[in-house]
Amino acid sequence: MTPFSYTRAGDAADAVRLGAFGGAKYLGGGTNLVDLLRETIERPSALVDVAGLPATIEEREDGSLLIGAATRNAALAEHRAVRSHYPVLARAILAGASAQIRNMATVGGNILQRTRCAYFYDDEGSRCNKRSPGQGCDALDGFNRIHAILGASADCVATHPSDMCVALAALDATVHLQGPAGTRRLKLTGLHRLPGTRPDLETALEPGELITAVELPALPAGARSTYRKVRDRASYAFALVSVAAVLEADSGTVREVRLALGGVAPKPWRARKAEDALRGGPATVQAFRAAAESELADAAPLRDNGFKVELAKRTITAVLGDLAGVAA
Amino acid sequence: MSILDNAKAAAQGAAQAVMKKAVELAPDAWVPGGKPDPLIRSKHGLIGAPISRIDGPLKVQGRAKFAAEFPLDGMVYAAVAFSTVPKGRIATLDTGAAEAAAGVVLVMTHRNAPRMNNMPLFMTAEKAAGGDNLPILQDDRIHWNGQPIAVVLAESQEQADHAKSLIGVTYAQEPAVTTLAGARAQGADIGMFQGQPLKTTVGDAEAALAAAPVAIDATYTTPRHNHNAIEPHAATIAWHGDELIVQDAAQAVSHMAWSLASVFGLDERQVRVTSPYVGGGFGAKTLWQHQVLGAAAARLAGRPVRIALSREGVFRIVGGRTLTEQRVAIGAEADGRFTSIIHTGTIVMTRHNAMPEPFILPTRGAYAADSFKLEVEAVYMDMLANTFMRAPGEAVGTFALECAVDELAARLGMDPIELRIRNEPAKDPIEGLPFSSRHIVEAWRAGAARFGWARRNPAPGAVRDGAWRVGMGCATATYPYYRMPGGAARMKLTKDGSVRVEVAAHEMGMGTATAQTQVAAERLGLSMAQVSFGYGDSIMPGVVLAGGSQQTASIGASVMAAHHALTVELLKLAGNDSPLAGLGADEVEGLDGGLAKRGEPDRHESYVSILARARRDALVVEAAAPPPLETQHWSMHSHGAMFCEARVNAMTGETRISRFLGSFDCGRILNPKTAASQFRGGIIMGLGLALMEETQFDERKGRVMNPSLAEYHIPVHMDVPEIDVIWTDIPDPHAPMGAHGIGEIGITGTGAAVANAVFNATGKRVRDLPLTLDKLM
Amino acid sequence: MAIRINGTETRAPADPRVSLLDLLRETLHLTGTKKGCNQGACGACTVLADGERILSCLALAVQFEGRSITTIEGLAGQDGMHPLQLAFIEHDGFQCGYCTPGQICSAVGMAAELARGAPSAVTTDLGAATVRFTGEEARERMSGNLCRCGAHNGIIAAITQTYAGAAL
Repeated sequence: MTPFSYTRAGDAADAVRLGAFGGAKYLGGGTNLVDLLRETIERPSALVDVAGLPATIEEREDGSLLIGAATRNAALAEHRAVRSHYPVLARAILAGASAQIRNMATVGGNILQRTRCAYFYDDEGSRCNKRSPGQGCDALDGFNRIHAILGASADCVATHPSDMCVALAALDATVHLQGPAGTRRLKLTGLHRLPGTRPDLETALEPGELITAVELPALPAGARSTYRKVRDRASYAFALVSVAAVLEADSGTVREVRLALGGVAPKPWRARKAEDALRGGPATVQAFRAAAESELADAAPLRDNGFKVELAKRTITAVLGDLAGVAA
Repeated sequence: MSILDNAKAAAQGAAQAVMKKAVELAPDAWVPGGKPDPLIRSKHGLIGAPISRIDGPLKVQGRAKFAAEFPLDGMVYAAVAFSTVPKGRIATLDTGAAEAAAGVVLVMTHRNAPRMNNMPLFMTAEKAAGGDNLPILQDDRIHWNGQPIAVVLAESQEQADHAKSLIGVTYAQEPAVTTLAGARAQGADIGMFQGQPLKTTVGDAEAALAAAPVAIDATYTTPRHNHNAIEPHAATIAWHGDELIVQDAAQAVSHMAWSLASVFGLDERQVRVTSPYVGGGFGAKTLWQHQVLGAAAARLAGRPVRIALSREGVFRIVGGRTLTEQRVAIGAEADGRFTSIIHTGTIVMTRHNAMPEPFILPTRGAYAADSFKLEVEAVYMDMLANTFMRAPGEAVGTFALECAVDELAARLGMDPIELRIRNEPAKDPIEGLPFSSRHIVEAWRAGAARFGWARRNPAPGAVRDGAWRVGMGCATATYPYYRMPGGAARMKLTKDGSVRVEVAAHEMGMGTATAQTQVAAERLGLSMAQVSFGYGDSIMPGVVLAGGSQQTASIGASVMAAHHALTVELLKLAGNDSPLAGLGADEVEGLDGGLAKRGEPDRHESYVSILARARRDALVVEAAAPPPLETQHWSMHSHGAMFCEARVNAMTGETRISRFLGSFDCGRILNPKTAASQFRGGIIMGLGLALMEETQFDERKGRVMNPSLAEYHIPVHMDVPEIDVIWTDIPDPHAPMGAHGIGEIGITGTGAAVANAVFNATGKRVRDLPLTLDKLM
Repeated sequence: MAIRINGTETRAPADPRVSLLDLLRETLHLTGTKKGCNQGACGACTVLADGERILSCLALAVQFEGRSITTIEGLAGQDGMHPLQLAFIEHDGFQCGYCTPGQICSAVGMAAELARGAPSAVTTDLGAATVRFTGEEARERMSGNLCRCGAHNGIIAAITQTYAGAAL
């Protein structure tokens, strides 16, 4: 690790003041950042510890939920309201990492975790445009089994590894931000950027901006939701493909559907094409499969990850089928 | 190896052949094991008792000290920088910033490292332990991607790690061979293993295959693997003048002391390597460059050094199992009798190691056949030296062989167990030697009954349970009984009647300390509490590798020899006034804290009494085990029958192992509690091999891309079902205690049992490990 | 502010780069907590922070000022070893012993999570106030602790013996 100073922020304003200095980074649970510090991929000169900021989960009268960004992943998954009203979120969090890591990781930190691309992690021995812009990408023609099939670019094919974010994307979550220029809100789906020619720019956050809270709107009454993760071990492995889905079906018709994919794209992938194809249509296996086909029509597989295209289609179809109560 | 080395090996081989024939033909009684160990007869004592580990209380309280847990006064911490190119020279090397960084004591590179000899390469001398024989920081040459190029010593690990990141280096790269295709293009050699070519021909197997009414001919591939013991390699190293003390994580302390002495030009007695606890070895905890680097840096800095490799560091400089590409072809008569077995293929190794993954070894003894063609071809890459990993040869060789047998059974329409039993050999199919002990058919029958094999639907893809396809598969497990030369033991009897046994052996979790205390206590007629077993220190007697599943036999034979010497001395001391007067060592046994005439327990004198009468405080003896000629007189192997039930998700291809049974025939089981754990441990590593393990070697740069426990997957709790293990418990009359080492057999056959179960579940035959879901969708 | 470790207060290190794991092992010589990967992938460094299991390798020691840490050395009570430690010996829940302290601390943390009804990835009914102890629940919840010797069956058996019958 490169030497850094360490300060605990007393509140968000304090944090933003401390974080405004160049070279400062916010530290949540540390489960990703400490690893990246050790690998010298992150080299901040100052760490501002924001893990002591509000970790409350507020159930509001409109049925929405306001989650303090310092809330630990485990606490969020365990919260009664999340388990009852947003099972997709509880399931996504519980499918991620290990119990120990979920006890440490914060909601804000989880959103900002960085890719598991092996070439990104190999600071000394591999080229990576995300780590060192303009250097080139060794993943394009290398081991890319875990890499993106949607939304990638010629400069970067890395995936965003979060499970929680996939659920947040499907839940239309809004992220509350506070920065030197004040506070603002952003849809989670607008927070992460696609790589394009600047894979080093991963989010829409301004310098010094801090995630203070995540807001979940109420789900339509009658909507059901779940999360399915497909991975190489039975537990404790990153997703090859994951699907977060919210479905409200009535008399065999899709009233509302929200679908997001993990493990297939540089960001939590909201499957809007599939949603548009389904909304108002029949809640049948055939329709689900057709919607999955439309979402994956643009898939651009690499050397090792072609299987993800069919795996994503099958998983989408099965998850929606489960929620609709129609068997494949 | 050079041509000269090959010639030497061949000459050695010829001399060995003459000797080997003589040993084969010698009367049983002349050969170690010819007279069964008397302990085989003891049925109700400590041997076979399910005794909990004697180091258990220390381990569950975190009080067992591992190699990186010995603090020394003035100790500094090491960090190692690794090359990022596979071949060439260091063009520029800037250590200024690192040297100026806070806390830095030393930056050692090829410019200032002390002159040292290369490590003696494992298996090229009795006590050679080096993973490679390359120069270590002696010049600017790079031999593999990941080679150490600098060591930083600093007052804290954080300071050392940071300073390491400040080293600037550029390379003048040279063309490197880092692809399998490129390696093949350079030509292949027949692999040389333990001085013998890995090539066996009996009859004309190709012609027999062509003529066979039923045959299978297929290619199987297995990837690189890493041991990934949870304890990373580490050593705490101090010089006292010209004496070198190394607290190491080691499975070969005597070998390492000798080898380190050789590197530093010291006498073997000037180096002491201790290793009381080892956090898993599996073949990896031998001598690699880090111990040499740590010792060199400690000498240069004049400070004790802790060198604890990062997980990435282990992947960069400690070799793993290499990849294999294997052809297995079996020709059979319509009744299933094998007429031809062909097992050939290619492995990758380097010019600086001696480990051509010998995947044909299991095929040499598994089945009878009219003809054999077995051959391992080695091709060479510029890469980190590959090495021994749990059941080297057998782990991946049985995958190919036992999948092929399953495929043949399907073609024949025969039950795969019956096909195996039909081809059960009466004697060693290659060597012609009698088996010392082979009860594999019993293991198959008992296993099949317990597993419910009769309930298997032989039609592939026929059984479904909801989203899951369900199948059963089986495979033969096999591993040789080895006993290497050099075993020796010391016994010290003190006047209170207690005995200390010392052997330079190892406890990496196999249960050695516990089982050997049981054995020694039983042999001596003492309680467990009266016996202490010392190990893990190179100043103790014996050259005892914890490898090849040979440690149990090696210690057993050594302790037998020492016990015999002790008995001889005790009888001398007892003299004519003892009830034992006139008896020879072979006529007495340890009983109730003393010696008694065999069959006449009342003719007894206690150790306390003998020593008291002789006015002795203690009696110390040391003896060497006889050379392991039994392994050339009999064909000695452990056996097992593996049964797997796999569930494959019809949608995603995810595989879950729902049941597994290992039915073993490995001689007498010394401690069923620790033995069951060893069997299960091997099987679980086999599940990893089957389902998920792969070291990702990027052929463009010869670089390992998943040097991490997050990205190199090993099984987690959720992947591991309850694993049932049973055994015949039939003693091998020609092995000490009637026992075989059992550390490796569990990983053999497991990969094939899984693949065969997956085939039965899905109808998909995957011949390329690991069986990830993309291959089964 | 100090860090309380097994009941004894200790000062946080001056160098904020020092992990909680290295503070334990190198400064306090509490080497029962193991370093297996130093990257949050193996669980060998698991300790309890105010009763919750965490990975000490991914924790900067300074983050834990004001917190109370329990390591394997602090688990035994006045009257001897923790029941789970005894069960690990009885069920042979280890071989080399290197992952063992992490497995044990993790299981102690897991038992508290189960006792308060926290769900896991294999809990069918997320809404239920209590979770039934099953082998599958234990295996999922312990999956963050790797074991290479293959003592998984013994570990789960020890945990089951210790906690399955408890008031969960």
